[in-house]
Amino acid sequence: MTISPAARAEAEALFAAFRATGAAPVEADVLQPAGTLLDLYGEDIRARAYVTQDPLRGEMVLRPDFTVPVVQAHMSDGAEPARYCYMGEVFRKQDHLGPRASEYLQVGFEVFDRDAPKADAEVFALFARLLAPLAPKALTGDIGILLAAIEGLTTTPRRKAALRRHVWRPRRFRALLDRFAGRAPVSEARARLLGHLKTDSAEALMQAAGPLTGLRGADEIADRARALIEDAEAPPIAAPEAALLYDLLGLAAPADSALAHLRGIQPLMPAIAPAVDRFEARLTALRAHGIDTASLPFEASHGRTTLEYYDGFVFTFHAGDAGAETPPLASGGRYDALTAILGQGRSIPAVGGIIRPALVAERKGA
Amino acid sequence: MSLKIGVPSKGRLMEKTFDWFGARGVTMARTGSEREYAGAVEGIDGVELVLLSAGEIPRELAAGRIHLGVTGSDLVRDKLADWNKQVAELAPLGFGHADLIIAVPACWIDVDTLDDLDAAASAFRAKHGFRLRIATKYHRLVRDFLTANGVADYQLVDSQGATEGTVKNLTAEAIADITSTGETLRANHLKILTDAVIHRSQATLFLSHRADWGAERAVLEALVAKLGLSAPALSG
Repeated sequence: MTISPAARAEAEALFAAFRATGAAPVEADVLQPAGTLLDLYGEDIRARAYVTQDPLRGEMVLRPDFTVPVVQAHMSDGAEPARYCYMGEVFRKQDHLGPRASEYLQVGFEVFDRDAPKADAEVFALFARLLAPLAPKALTGDIGILLAAIEGLTTTPRRKAALRRHVWRPRRFRALLDRFAGRAPVSEARARLLGHLKTDSAEALMQAAGPLTGLRGADEIADRARALIEDAEAPPIAAPEAALLYDLLGLAAPADSALAHLRGIQPLMPAIAPAVDRFEARLTALRAHGIDTASLPFEASHGRTTLEYYDGFVFTFHAGDAGAETPPLASGGRYDALTAILGQGRSIPAVGGIIRPALVAERKGA
Repeated sequence: MSLKIGVPSKGRLMEKTFDWFGARGVTMARTGSEREYAGAVEGIDGVELVLLSAGEIPRELAAGRIHLGVTGSDLVRDKLADWNKQVAELAPLGFGHADLIIAVPACWIDVDTLDDLDAAASAFRAKHGFRLRIATKYHRLVRDFLTANGVADYQLVDSQGATEGTVKNLTAEAIADITSTGETLRANHLKILTDAVIHRSQATLFLSHRADWGAERAVLEALVAKLGLSAPALSG
């Protein structure tokens, strides 16, 4: 789909507005090395990005977003705090017939600042101001509260790690939580294996099952067998504790009411206290920017189905009458975990977002 | 103008297709020399036989260059995005049965389900520094299935044949492939995950929504009547 002159003009205007805040403009190559992105996002990105072969540089992708190159640019020669903005085409394969473009413009703004609540509020308020003429529907969330709640569960570190790993895959998360809470039965195959492991060693069972084939070694198989025995012996997550987590996953309320609710359950889930403090500080900072937090929609599970990416504050802006199928006008959030991976342990708190100028132009023309 | 029907150009799939149509009064046969890909249809007017590789039939249906086509339901689902918007299933033909499954080494006593595969993939990535590799040629079907089931930390590696051998050759840790009896899997010391039947495939007669359905509409009606099928809804 050709990028319309109206979309390009809108992109230029938004880019100018971002620059006017003092943000430094960043350029990024359209062709990005595939390795980093594939390692970060896995098969999800292979399904969505155009992967191609370069005779000298190996597998390359057509830029699916700007976040990774911007983070890399910041890490190689940026000083903190820093604000960056960018504008350009991104490329996403669309696997369904329909109006979604596979090549479109993004205009983005990213903040690297250690005062997280202040930076979160700054980004959200800037987006809200730029989109205000369209009267969009905003929705916010906070993955950090979910992660803190998981950390606080009274269960084994292995179960917590499994839940943490699947925060972004709600279906598997639910299945795991059901199993750890004793709500779902153990699979027949698992029960049989645990039965065998009562009388035989893992090594003996492997020998009986067949020759050792492939790269996954006998030690790895035996390790997991031990982990399964340990897991079977661990008590289920207590029902009231699991109920609190289910309740938290379903929390949807205006931000101020959500805060009151979280403060209410905090004595039962003390581990979420620091995350709720951050939430409160963010709401205070948002109010300082003139955002009405008494009516700002908040959903604890918002942002869980996007790429494995955001781990704190998340937000989207949708056109007022847009259906669920339409992509948001703008989206963004905090991605400290991603910068930690790219920085090989160096922590670089980061928050940002993108606007789709084509959708903005379309709404303005409508 | 004639209604073009694409049929696999050789082997058991072709013979079984000819048998299926023959049993319903539509005789298909190859014509010319043994090596020439030409065919004829008797018993109904206005139908043209197009002999094609089974693997190309989904693409030809999607492009609308053939009106009808016989191929595996697995190939259509894997090769066509939103397959059921591009083509319609007219009839399963009752042969060419095969299941697309996920298999792992039989010695993995700790892995029997997708839940296990996911946990093993997580540990494998932590230990080896790369994602657990699943060899397949059915990229779309396998990826959609694993995404829907929330499996992470894997990667697909392409394997266009002898997929069962990739594990032994250390180019993959697991495979996703079609099997009918499971014999090749067992011979290569692999076992099927209990909850990972991705698709049960069989030879199927498909209709192209993209093809030009002008005068061919009447031929289609006559053909489906003769085959004892209900008339499909044509879009457009």
